[in-house]
Amino acid sequence: MRRFSLKSLLQEASSGHQGWERQWRAPEPKKEYDVIVVGGGGHGLATAYYLATVHGVTNVAVLEKGWIGGGNTGRNTTIVRSNYLFDESAGLYEHAMKLWEGLSQELNYNVMFSQRGVLMLAHNHHDVISFKRHVYANRLNGIDNEWLSPEECKAYCPPLSISPELRYPVLGGALQRRGGTARHDAVAWGYARGADARGVDIIQNCEVLGLKRHPDGSVAGVETSRGTIGAKRVGVVAAGHTGVVMGRFGLRMPVESVPLQALVSEPVKPVFPCVVMSNAVHAYISQSDKGELVIGAGTDQYVSYSQQGGIQIINHTLDAICELFPQFGRMRMLRSWGGIVDVTPDRSPILGKTPIEGLFVNCGWGTGGFKATPGSGHVFAHTLATGEPHKINAPFSLDRFRTGRLIDEAAAAAVAH
Amino acid sequence: MLLIDCPYCGKRPEVEFHCGGEAHIARPETPAEIADADWGSFLYYRTNPKGVHAERWLHGHGCGRWFNALRDTVSDAFVATYEMGAPRPDVAPENAKA
Amino acid sequence: MSQPFRLPSGGRIDRKRPLSVSFNGKRLEGFAGDTVASMLLASGQHLAGRSFKYHRPRGILSHGSDEPSALLSVDWRADRGPGYRDPNNRASVVEARDSLVVKTQNHWPSLETDIGAVNDLLSPVFVAGFYYKTFMWPRTFWDKVYEPVIRRAAGLGEAPEVKDADRYSNRHAHCDVLVVGAGPAGLAAALAASADGEKRVILADEGLEPGGALLNDVTSKIDGKPAMDWVAESVSTLDARENVVILPRTTAFGYYNHNHVCMVEKVSDHRADAPEGLARERLWQVRAGEVVLATGSHERPLVFENNDRPGIMLAESVRAFVNRWAVLPGNEIVVATSSASAYQTALDAKNAGARVSIVDIRLEADCGPELQTAKDAGITVRSGHTVIRALGKKRVSGLVVAPIDPDGAIGEKQTLACDCVAMSGGWTPSVHLFSQSRGKLRFDVELDAFVPGTSAQAERSAGACRGIYDLAAVIADGLAAGRSATGATDTAAGSTPQATASFTGFQPVRVLPTDADASKVKAFVDFQNDVTAKDIRLAVREGFESIEHVKRYTTTGMATDQGKTSNMNALGLVAGILDRPLPAVGTTTFRPPYTPVSFGALIGPARDELFDPVRKTPIDGWAEKNGAVFEPVALWRRAKYFPQAGEDMHGAVARETKAVRNAVGIFDASTLGKIEVVGPDAAEFMNRIYTNAWLKLKVGGCRYGLMLREDGFVYDDGVVARLAEDRFHVTTTTGGAPRVLRHMEDYLQTEWPDLDVFLTSITEQWAVIALQGPKARKVLEPFVSGIDLSEEAFPHMTVQSGFVCGVPCRLFRVSFTGELGFEVNVPADYGEAVWKALYEEGGKHGITAYGTEAMHVLRAEVGYVVVGQETDGTVTPDDLGLSGLVSKVKADFVGKRSLARPDMVAEGRRQLVGLLTKNPDEVIDEGAQVVDDPHRPIPMRMIGHVTSSYASSNCGRSIAMALIEGGRGRIGETVHVTTPGGFTEAVISKAAFYEVKGETADA
Repeated sequence: MRRFSLKSLLQEASSGHQGWERQWRAPEPKKEYDVIVVGGGGHGLATAYYLATVHGVTNVAVLEKGWIGGGNTGRNTTIVRSNYLFDESAGLYEHAMKLWEGLSQELNYNVMFSQRGVLMLAHNHHDVISFKRHVYANRLNGIDNEWLSPEECKAYCPPLSISPELRYPVLGGALQRRGGTARHDAVAWGYARGADARGVDIIQNCEVLGLKRHPDGSVAGVETSRGTIGAKRVGVVAAGHTGVVMGRFGLRMPVESVPLQALVSEPVKPVFPCVVMSNAVHAYISQSDKGELVIGAGTDQYVSYSQQGGIQIINHTLDAICELFPQFGRMRMLRSWGGIVDVTPDRSPILGKTPIEGLFVNCGWGTGGFKATPGSGHVFAHTLATGEPHKINAPFSLDRFRTGRLIDEAAAAAVAH
Repeated sequence: MLLIDCPYCGKRPEVEFHCGGEAHIARPETPAEIADADWGSFLYYRTNPKGVHAERWLHGHGCGRWFNALRDTVSDAFVATYEMGAPRPDVAPENAKA
Repeated sequence: MSQPFRLPSGGRIDRKRPLSVSFNGKRLEGFAGDTVASMLLASGQHLAGRSFKYHRPRGILSHGSDEPSALLSVDWRADRGPGYRDPNNRASVVEARDSLVVKTQNHWPSLETDIGAVNDLLSPVFVAGFYYKTFMWPRTFWDKVYEPVIRRAAGLGEAPEVKDADRYSNRHAHCDVLVVGAGPAGLAAALAASADGEKRVILADEGLEPGGALLNDVTSKIDGKPAMDWVAESVSTLDARENVVILPRTTAFGYYNHNHVCMVEKVSDHRADAPEGLARERLWQVRAGEVVLATGSHERPLVFENNDRPGIMLAESVRAFVNRWAVLPGNEIVVATSSASAYQTALDAKNAGARVSIVDIRLEADCGPELQTAKDAGITVRSGHTVIRALGKKRVSGLVVAPIDPDGAIGEKQTLACDCVAMSGGWTPSVHLFSQSRGKLRFDVELDAFVPGTSAQAERSAGACRGIYDLAAVIADGLAAGRSATGATDTAAGSTPQATASFTGFQPVRVLPTDADASKVKAFVDFQNDVTAKDIRLAVREGFESIEHVKRYTTTGMATDQGKTSNMNALGLVAGILDRPLPAVGTTTFRPPYTPVSFGALIGPARDELFDPVRKTPIDGWAEKNGAVFEPVALWRRAKYFPQAGEDMHGAVARETKAVRNAVGIFDASTLGKIEVVGPDAAEFMNRIYTNAWLKLKVGGCRYGLMLREDGFVYDDGVVARLAEDRFHVTTTTGGAPRVLRHMEDYLQTEWPDLDVFLTSITEQWAVIALQGPKARKVLEPFVSGIDLSEEAFPHMTVQSGFVCGVPCRLFRVSFTGELGFEVNVPADYGEAVWKALYEEGGKHGITAYGTEAMHVLRAEVGYVVVGQETDGTVTPDDLGLSGLVSKVKADFVGKRSLARPDMVAEGRRQLVGLLTKNPDEVIDEGAQVVDDPHRPIPMRMIGHVTSSYASSNCGRSIAMALIEGGRGRIGETVHVTTPGGFTEAVISKAAFYEVKGETADA
């Protein structure tokens, strides 16, 4: 792998950039792999990367139905934060945050992780209690998160209106300064390049159609649109399509797939310094390096694989955005799109074993998976390499839906991820 | 925005409705006799199909009635809507009208 | 600025109505019917902006909504004050009128001299994706140094600084047929669809007048007359039909599920005389039975070195400026083309007085009749030539061209001096809306374009948007589409108009052949995002092979024009490099909106007081008059406290809570959700929905009810009264009312249809006035008729019907304070009057109005829980110490089975207890975490959290409630609670802090 650096960039500039090599190969699938990762999004590619780098497992294939990073990885609003309430979630997302903080250097790929701060606004008494509960819990878990008064919110995010006349006045906010955004595509590409350089085969346009099992029921490989490929272990990391893939394997999952929409405005000069989330009115907003306001809306109410939702969802989000930021009323929506998010009953992911020996699953990230990408890949690589969950992902088992030991961040906080 | 054919009121815009998730998941008659795993399945496991999905809708800003619908989750086209308690119609997905 | 390039006659401008706009502080002159783009060109001003990345000078490329380069900041109503300016307006679609103030963007210090242009020199470094390869060291520099610099350089115009001063409206419409586009195909479709006089037809077009491409056309004839005569006749026919609505200036931007098409209409931006208050734009949400898409096509630029120089324009746009706006974009025009249609531009420009020559990439043999027509007109045609590069910087000054030898080699170059280039690389059908409707695109090799394939909705395309370019065929196709949309047969309508033949056909070229080092030259594919052919080659070289990857890596097609002019060139280029058929590279997914849409239009009226309108109780007016401070609770606003002069919240709440314990308080509880459960099986229904038993509740009795979700967690609570054998009056939490009703209806209709029960929301029918305190009865007594208020006749937790102030009343003897209490339910319209009467009478007894804050303190003093505060969706009845309310006898109720799951009965669950700080004056934070030992290392184990915390003047100290692991077994133990600065000590107690004196609620 040729290292990226200012030096190599300048060298290439003088020769018309003819010397850059492919960032990842386009190999034919081998007959068999030690591990097959189903799904070439950020989580799947990160899993492959850490299998190779942390566990030395390099006989790995990532099978992607379309093009890597083309699903939710490339469709989300790129918010990264770790200020979750419960110990289990805090552990998982903070693990990811620590990896984010060195990710560009680790991957030798600038993922533009920008710790601009994530400010979550409290609009009613319930929000205030809930956010303070988060702030205190985070402090004891070693995660930065601080409570700001309305005036401090305004100072941190000058475009914000804190007028008491607002329909949902700003009563304060919880700020995680280490939170921020990253360049979503670069995360997929950076992991792909890193994994590829260590021998991982990234196989695009390869749809998984079924599971091959040994007579004892354990995993033997997968049937794909490009033939049968053997594997000792298989990890499904298919986000919104997890239910479809697992269905082909004969398993039902406690997930439902729903549309989630987002939009960007036309690009403008820097006007918005951080990330603001407002759960009571349900909107997220930040400004990309390119200058677009990036705005996340809510989910539609029904199961759908259409990657398209209703405009009423977007309209309502913009109602809220313009209430908080009335000067954006004349900004224009440039592009809107939808993703398919897989939502679990407790809005927390499932990361671990399945009833089939050798088959593992990493899904259910709902609307908040991007921020977990490095951490998710890291612990799932451990799970696939050792056959057992890492202590960080052990609580995120399928079994919790039997015992009732849910990790219900949404119910506990009315906080969208 | 979906256009939903309420069996009682006719076609109305989605904003008048609330989606109640998958249909035809009957509450067990005697929950106390159900094993934890099966109860967990009843509570949390859904078919989540890529294709025709039987689902419940409430015409909340209308007649107030719950009813069932078959909808293709790929095209979002409704295949049928029918009264609560009626059996799932045996309709092929190609009859879906967008 | 005068208008040296304005033609002496012609055009669809009104020379009797001159106007001017301010352009970068200079006066720009023009006429009604002009756009800012046509005014700029009339004045000879091509330079209209600086590009996104390299800050290269850019001019006007197009005459329509596909313009990528000429982006302006426009202050639409500078004369009316701030709040009317927005950035990134395409000069080609800003209709000119007096008092517009427009400015160019993305330059410093000026349009002519832009320091940012240094980026152009650094462009060898700033290739596609360069930022992924550098700026990584040192690590902290990304946030602090590199990113801020990149951000300042990026972006286009400046965002508005102040609140939008305009208003917007919203309209829902239904029609049988929606026709999008009023060019020849759309007009024909609308004529055919509306012919029966009954089918409701809406015809929408983004332009200011119907006609589409015919507006640019002075040569075509329809039925022997100028094409625009046919347009005028068609429009007047449609206008006369009552079943037709024509919407000019209306862009269909989004095609959603089930033929839901969203359009935005420009209502007032183009009107200098617009009255204040007239909406700026209107959002049309159309639900169409059938849709006809007649959205036309976009011309492709040619890709050659410096093809972005001002003065280089699309050929059809040059024609449009000449014919429609009577502006000659240059005196010396080179038409560079691989398409027949550009020949008409050459002919029209020559007729208008320009010196014109044609450079055609095609060989003579590949040309059609256009070639001879041009030659006959005396135009020099260089067939089989390529364009090597453009000369000039802020304005094109020449074009270096060369013949391409049969072996592909570049022949001898020659420079053609010019001040304008009209280029055409062929045409791309505008399939955006079709693609949004999720129809399947099909690649047509003949047309070198994606065209509509299988429809996914009740929709069909007509005319150029499906690759039909000849005018006669376009009209015929439009008529057929209109007929098919109404189900009429093709033979049903009258004759098809006859039209003259059009110059059609083109040869796809992607990137023009050159002998220059392709890795060095800047030949632009995406003008706005500064993406060059070499950027795309680099992306492919690095393994980005799908068009989605190429787009994301290079940003081609991601600009505000959404790739209207660039997508096909990019796709073709990638396919060429990979030597794959074009569809194998992938199709671009088109997403709403077709052109950018203002947030204001999408919001419509949902702003200020119409954004989530506030629900107010019947007593809200009184509360406001009496100085209440309000808080939002769900969609309601509720009086939080009633401060007297000089009082803060703490003081007011201390006074209000004391008054309730010592005299009497009056509280507006109208927001409580109320549901009437009626029917022979009402009690059985209640029994199944609630955890506790209802069958034996006597008529006239009240009971506190606890409701679970099926997963066993507390969902809602409230007092329920049995008014009759078959009638229950249920109350819910304020926020819970809608979902509780839905939850009840769900079970009733879907699980227990055998039960004969009706549910009715009565939240808004009853105003609820709570009188709480030892003197409550005294206040109420004088107004009550038909009810004996004595303890014996009307004990705690009972209900009676009668009259208060002569108004029918449901009177509850209940308490949420522990004190003697009544809740007076009267019809909402009488709420304020009854409240006032009680308040006045109460004056004799020291009555005090109290708000939600005092209500919370009072209930906490006696240990009552608030669902949503003590509970959070993860709390069971036993966690709250309410096991007594969970029937052990009932075989089943909603949530019962879940309570038996392993984790629900596990040891160590958090249980509700009280917390008393060691320092009685210290009020801990609600939401604070509780630990055993604050000296442990981080991460520190937490054993609970504080749910409620107050200063209680009745207790003379602070009180708090908390959920603590095994808390009920730890009464008396000391724990540590987080504070903003550290920890404080508190002792676990029972979750009840105040002993009610005198006649208590529970007496």
